[in-house]
Amino acid sequence: MEQKLLPDGMATAISVHDLEKRYQDLIAVKDVSFEVEEGEIFGILGPNGAGKTTTVECLQGLRSIDGGDVSVLGLDPRRDALKLRQLIGSQLQESALPDRVRVWEALDLFASLKQGGSSWEHLLKSWGLGEKRDSKFSELSGGQRQRLFVALSLVNNPQLVFLDEMTTGLDPSSRRTAWDLIRRIRDQGTTVVLVTHFMDEAETLCDRLVLFNGGTIVAEGTPESLIDRHAGQVRVRFTGPPSGLEWLSDVPHVAGVIQDGTRYEVSGDGPVLAHVGAALVSRGLEPPDLRVERATLEDVFLLLTSNSETPR
Amino acid sequence: MRTLAKMTWLELKLFLREPLTVLFAFALPFTILFVMGGVFGNESDPDVYRNVGAMDYYIPAYIALVVASVGLISLPTHLATNRELGVLKRYRASGLPTTIVATSQIIVTLVIGAVSAVLLVLVGIPVHDVVAANSVPMVLLGFFVSGLVFASLGVLLGAVLPSSRAAQALGVMLWFVMLMIGGAGPPPEVLTGTLGTIGEWTPLRHTIEIMQDGWLDLDPGNSWLIAIATVLLASLLAVRFFRWE
Repeated sequence: MEQKLLPDGMATAISVHDLEKRYQDLIAVKDVSFEVEEGEIFGILGPNGAGKTTTVECLQGLRSIDGGDVSVLGLDPRRDALKLRQLIGSQLQESALPDRVRVWEALDLFASLKQGGSSWEHLLKSWGLGEKRDSKFSELSGGQRQRLFVALSLVNNPQLVFLDEMTTGLDPSSRRTAWDLIRRIRDQGTTVVLVTHFMDEAETLCDRLVLFNGGTIVAEGTPESLIDRHAGQVRVRFTGPPSGLEWLSDVPHVAGVIQDGTRYEVSGDGPVLAHVGAALVSRGLEPPDLRVERATLEDVFLLLTSNSETPR
Repeated sequence: MRTLAKMTWLELKLFLREPLTVLFAFALPFTILFVMGGVFGNESDPDVYRNVGAMDYYIPAYIALVVASVGLISLPTHLATNRELGVLKRYRASGLPTTIVATSQIIVTLVIGAVSAVLLVLVGIPVHDVVAANSVPMVLLGFFVSGLVFASLGVLLGAVLPSSRAAQALGVMLWFVMLMIGGAGPPPEVLTGTLGTIGEWTPLRHTIEIMQDGWLDLDPGNSWLIAIATVLLASLLAVRFFRWE
């Protein structure tokens, strides 16, 4: 399939149409369609068993497809799997190395798969494995293994990299470092497909994302647009007098007021905070704890996947 | 080619880092050599050992036995472990072809087998006054074919067995059974009836006979043919049933 050029000159790195995958009678993925543009960080989110890993494994030609069309970097993963794997990097969710292989030996082996070879010393440093160069795989901590797998996925300088649960097992500071590195990879022109169930990670990193539930896509867009669309309500909280604030519900953009003794929670859309604040001040009330809570991607996630039975 | 070289070198290092495989490949054959040599000496007896000295009989047989231990025990266990842990999936996702995974295993079997065989010969000949090889080229050819027999059987076992435990258990059992009835333990002449018949059908018996063809100029019968057929059949089945995960 020819690479389709998008209007702004960006090419499609991945296009998926009506992907379907069954395991015997269980439908793992159905009616899945999306496109990933070159040079973006594309998130695939969803609860366990929603079909995220199955989908990316189909994209890499690691699993057969029962229906639909898939094109990755202009190649068909079913027919051109070996050629495709030269161009992509992959950090699998469940994989390992032999216990007794050393960190540098693994990098050296995987680098040799790239035609013309590839250097790997810089990856040791940027992924914080410099001191573990000669350590055996079995001696690495969970986080170190995870970083090694990400480094291995990048060792062939891929055009497109799949990262499946990349930061599982990393401590908070390693996660931040990993995020910075992923942004840097994107800025160098590599397309990143990020499978994750960490909402903060998706919200900070992803340019666009799809949310899976029960084997199909239930939402798609930028993190901001998803929040606006599905959990656009803003909640304003403050402490006030126990009575006499009935007028609150008439303030513009206010949708509802919940009172619990002296604690108030006002929900509404868009500029509700400014209006509530102005109305309070104009009536001589200056609550010191007036604050606003915007919905996060996590609220969207919980809202859209609340009906999920998590099989598997 | 570069990847195959790196993979093979890495697999050789991994082999030597695994105590169990090292034990089977290097320590066990010597133990057997010294025990059997101590018991039977090297006098020829027209009734047993194909009418040659016991140790003349056993040295080429032990070379086949060493390759068998690498091919039947170490190789399948290693492959099955790698599949169980997801190492093979990791390889596959990175575009490492099956041919490299399998070929590196075959080369490792030949190299480890060769080192162990050379040590056996270097120790066995002076200690037990074993006769020198009749035809060195034929011995080398026999070693190569024996290596292929057990490497292809090993890849097949590693390809089809579900777990490392299953591979190790079955590998050790097959190796031990072949050792006992295939002609590397009791002389074939004392094995009669069903055991003797089964023994004649073991791959070890045929590799022993092709080794003894080169070393002692003893009639190999159909063994060359059967050995080569075994290689082809096992390779075909291994390719057909190989699973990455």
